[in-house]
Amino acid sequence: MNKPAMPNSFRTGPDEQGMFGIFGGRFVAETLMPLILDLEEQWNHAKNDPEFKAELQNLSTHYAGRPSKLYFAEGLTKHLGGAKVYFKREDLNHTGSHKINNCLGQILLAKRMGKKRIIAETGAGQHGVASATVAARFGYPCVVYMGATDVARQSPNVFRMKLLGAEVRPVTAGHGTLKDAMNEALRDWVTNVEDTYYLIGTAAGPHPYPELVRDFQSVIGSEARAQMLEQEGRLPDVIIAAVGGGSNAIGLFHPFLDDKDVRIIGIEAGGRGLDGVEHCASMNAGKPGVLHGNRTYLLQNADGQILDGHSISAGLDYPGVGPEHSWLRDSGRVQYEPILDDEALEAFQLTTRVEGIIPALESAHAIAHAMKIVPKMDKDQLVIVNLSGRGDKDVHTVANMLGMEI
Amino acid sequence: MTTRIDRRMAKLKSEGRPALVTYVMGGDPDYDTSLSIMKALPVSGSDLIELGMPFSDPMADGPAIQAAGLRALKGGQTLARTLKLASEFRAGDDETPIVLMGYYNPIYIYGVDRFLADAKASGIDGLIVVDLPPEMDEELCIPALKAGVNFIRLATPTTDDKRLPKVLENTSGFVYYVSMTGITGSALADTAKVSAAVTRIKGHTALPVCVGFGVKTAEQARVIGASADGVVVGTAIVNAIANVLGPKGEKTADPAEAVATLVSGLAQGVRAARLAAAE
Repeated sequence: MNKPAMPNSFRTGPDEQGMFGIFGGRFVAETLMPLILDLEEQWNHAKNDPEFKAELQNLSTHYAGRPSKLYFAEGLTKHLGGAKVYFKREDLNHTGSHKINNCLGQILLAKRMGKKRIIAETGAGQHGVASATVAARFGYPCVVYMGATDVARQSPNVFRMKLLGAEVRPVTAGHGTLKDAMNEALRDWVTNVEDTYYLIGTAAGPHPYPELVRDFQSVIGSEARAQMLEQEGRLPDVIIAAVGGGSNAIGLFHPFLDDKDVRIIGIEAGGRGLDGVEHCASMNAGKPGVLHGNRTYLLQNADGQILDGHSISAGLDYPGVGPEHSWLRDSGRVQYEPILDDEALEAFQLTTRVEGIIPALESAHAIAHAMKIVPKMDKDQLVIVNLSGRGDKDVHTVANMLGMEI
Repeated sequence: MTTRIDRRMAKLKSEGRPALVTYVMGGDPDYDTSLSIMKALPVSGSDLIELGMPFSDPMADGPAIQAAGLRALKGGQTLARTLKLASEFRAGDDETPIVLMGYYNPIYIYGVDRFLADAKASGIDGLIVVDLPPEMDEELCIPALKAGVNFIRLATPTTDDKRLPKVLENTSGFVYYVSMTGITGSALADTAKVSAAVTRIKGHTALPVCVGFGVKTAEQARVIGASADGVVVGTAIVNAIANVLGPKGEKTADPAEAVATLVSGLAQGVRAARLAAAE
């Protein structure tokens, strides 16, 4: 395949068919098609509606606590001895991660569409918690599908969801992780299509989800860009974010895509190494295929059967990735690198000790890559790492890995 | 160009009865058993075979067909072997139409052009690909029509009159009406509503309309068959296979015989449909 010519702008996608180059699209059952077209229409109205924007802005400020800080991580910078490291503090948002940005936007869409019931899928439980939160706030019943493996390893989040009034349905198919939860959520949706809004948590799925989730999450990058200009008087040299489905990453990256001097790095879960099947590095070790409504890079076998993958981090444990990332990979604008479970664990511990911040294991993947490149950079260079969530939910997993009992 | 599906549907129309369309998962529970089950279908009264292509993530299927797909994959089934299954069946039966049913990714990975050539060579007459709505017609539907393979579209209760022409535009062979919003194997919807929907679709197309999702018994086949041109039964057949498998997948009775018994009953239901309707 010929490498596509560099576009004038990397920020114009998707096209009218919901495609980013060959990626994206609307690969769904006919039952869902009218609903997806309706969602697209409602979204196109909402995004240009001053009232919708004002309501979202108000909730972002007073409910979610935005803008999140751009924090100079002095302890980590000193420790690494290279470029200045900044954290975009999405962990400080209400519910403890970037997921609330998207949930607030989508719950307002659901309300606009007159839906009566919310469903969501979740991996680490961050999106489940954020969904349950906005459902509670707006008075909707909420069902969260979660892989049985993830229910076990993210028990604090499961309890939070239940407290918030959501029903958590464990999914035992496959490895019982995010992929299986998404299948089950889609089955629920196709069954209850009339009254149900599917609140997808990542920038993946059928068009218009990748676009609308990206737009709701782009507040991360827009703020970070303005904050860096304000605090340092110039743009960063490198920005880094972890990529599972890729919503926190596309949210940080998108406003920077046309800043040609900003190097952009997405971090995939390298799990136990890319040689075997125990990783989730779909863009480094997978190939394009069709799953969950979109064409994107997927972990799959020669027969097109989807593999389960593995990551220490439930939020990255997904064999695919949002379609815009696949396009950014092929176009060469963003570089995607794997980080192993062990490297993420080390970053988790280091950040906790030198910064007094317990990062989510997802975010620890991005920090681990910064640990690799920052020492080789000049002291006057600037790096932003997206601290997409806080790590309280991961303490059981980490204790397990370290052979400790809580 | 007429296909086996067109010829079979025309023949049944002249006989004045609806078609019994039977679904089995290719390679369930293993290749050889699956072939013998397939061979038993026309003998027991099935008019058209839907052959499932197993996929790891069947998003529109209920637990029974999910499990059947997993059994097949565990038994080493691949898309290539499903095509081989069809061609072995075809060697002994050149009349019964075969429609492949499944999801797009295995076809995409196999390669669309190569797939269509091999499907045609294996005696495949049509395709039902759940996750390819009309919006994605360039992917497989248009190439299939050019290759002379029917592309059978699903119409659903959410496909309104405004959208129906788009759904029907590149459909050939027959229209598959999904009786409810839901996954395979759910409870059958209100049959009066189904009949009304079939009539609505027939107002837009001259193609036969077959109804599936939720039809499990001969009585249901009879009622649905009174208005529809065909009745699709899947989950009930897949369950008949699962019911003669032990906890470790060992056979406790002959799956082909279990399927034959069920299908014979369904065939009687379908054959009684128009008699009852005429009363």
